[in-house]
Amino acid sequence: MASRKEGTGSTATSSSSTAGAAGKGKGKGGSGDSAVKQVQIDGLVVLKIIKHYQEEGQGTEVVQGVLLGLVVEDRLEITNCFPFPQHTEDDADFDEVQYQMEMMRSLRHVNIDHLHVGWYQSTYYGSFVTRALLDSQFSYQHAIEESVVLIYDPIKTAQGSLSLKAYRLTPKLMEVCKEKDFSPEALKKANITFEYMFEEVPIVIKNSHLINVLMWELEKKSAVADKHELLSLASSIFTLHFSNHLGKNLQLLMDRVDEMSQDIVKYNTYMRNTSKQQQQKHQYQQRRQQENMQRQSRGEPPLPEEDLSKLFKPPQPPARMDSLLIAGQINTYCQNIKEFTAQNLGKLFMAQALQEYNN
Amino acid sequence: MATPAVPVAVDMEFAKNMYELHKKVSPNELILGWYATGHDITEHSVLIHEYYSREAPNPIHLTVDTSLQNGRMSIKAYVSTLMGVPGRTMGVMFTPLTVKYAYYDTERIGVDLIMKTCFSPNRVIGLSSDLQQVGGASARIQDALSTVLQYAEDVLSGKVSADNTVGRFLMSLVNQVPKIVPDDFETMLNSNINDLLMVTYLANLTQSQIALNEKLVNL
Repeated sequence: MASRKEGTGSTATSSSSTAGAAGKGKGKGGSGDSAVKQVQIDGLVVLKIIKHYQEEGQGTEVVQGVLLGLVVEDRLEITNCFPFPQHTEDDADFDEVQYQMEMMRSLRHVNIDHLHVGWYQSTYYGSFVTRALLDSQFSYQHAIEESVVLIYDPIKTAQGSLSLKAYRLTPKLMEVCKEKDFSPEALKKANITFEYMFEEVPIVIKNSHLINVLMWELEKKSAVADKHELLSLASSIFTLHFSNHLGKNLQLLMDRVDEMSQDIVKYNTYMRNTSKQQQQKHQYQQRRQQENMQRQSRGEPPLPEEDLSKLFKPPQPPARMDSLLIAGQINTYCQNIKEFTAQNLGKLFMAQALQEYNN
Repeated sequence: MATPAVPVAVDMEFAKNMYELHKKVSPNELILGWYATGHDITEHSVLIHEYYSREAPNPIHLTVDTSLQNGRMSIKAYVSTLMGVPGRTMGVMFTPLTVKYAYYDTERIGVDLIMKTCFSPNRVIGLSSDLQQVGGASARIQDALSTVLQYAEDVLSGKVSADNTVGRFLMSLVNQVPKIVPDDFETMLNSNINDLLMVTYLANLTQSQIALNEKLVNL
């Protein structure tokens, strides 16, 4: 879990070759319901994230890293990033904070933006709505108002289109997390639904002029040598055999739905217990009253009113945060699946058109 | 070896620090050499290269010409070789190497996407969806096909002499389009479409289910 440390002090950077937008805005963005309307990423950051996953993150582990940049009006510009080492159990003396401070100090020497603006994480088939992510993003957003978390999906990217999304916590969710009160009443009051937990921020990619020159060079150089690679890539884009990806997604969705149903059962039991308890309280009160009336009619002193709340301890309401997270995750899976099927329907119809033309 | 007129300094402490930090993330990577921006090799390069020959065996020196001389950003690589009369004055010569670019698949996709900023006016692009990528790839194939067709026409009309290797490539290309019996293709297409529609329906159902659950819980 990436722990954040604020970038202290002034933003005295003049990074020349990166993020060529005008105006070096510093500090917090403007007030309003959402501080960041758009995320602008340098090409460098995209490639670094891809490389980090490729080299260090094979398998189901997530790789994480820190994003650096600055805020300009309502745009968050990400100009650089550095990766975070994996957490292994055997190096317990590894100090994350120290690593971050060292990195930022060194980067300041070479005139790279050293302001923290967020963090990135790779994901496995889109399952990133977890408690850990929520906590990390909350601590980031609490310290730096405009921070985002970039979710990079390597498997989807390998199938043809870069899958990079930026998320922030909605202000309502920030409030709830601040109170640390996840009981049903608080959540109901805040009126949070699973759809309103994260908000997605649109991403654009921007390069400086020098990078564009480099791109032209690469285009020229790799034109001949990598043509065969392009063909094989094109074939993967046109692949109609998509059962693996879809199957995996559906399996994860089923697991989550199972968890959700368990959670629902727990909640139902809780509701039943509370209502049963209410009934018991009511009955007890009635009996008491009856007894008191009887005693009065016999002339004896009435029994003392006992503290009902001590007799009937109310059952613990289950924390609603987990179920909210599960619902959010299910929602993400469903959206991914729908996107996937929509695109593939298009491809299928294209293939049909081609075959018709052949015959 | 000519003495440099202006002394140059390399912050070795910084280099060591950064390497240590980098090793924490990628413990398998080693220092291979060093890079510098600039058009050509200077006398300073020799000194720095000597320092790096202590860090790595036979270091590579990479120059990236950001001053854009000759209108291009040339990227060149060198290794150092000894030259001169053995036993007497020895010198160091930088011999050029061929530079090739290799990509792996996700990197290739990322680079392709980033390359699109070259064509937009303010160098900004958004992320594209799957179908847009397919559209782009189809356009590229269309261009390639028109070139190939042009070549075939030229050969037929006798303008260009036929080349056997090219002919063989063309044959394999044409044979790559799969030939499927139309009925089989129909059934495959329909079953796939049915699968996709069913999955979409189920996904929608699940979403409405959790929305309903949300409403019920908040009663």
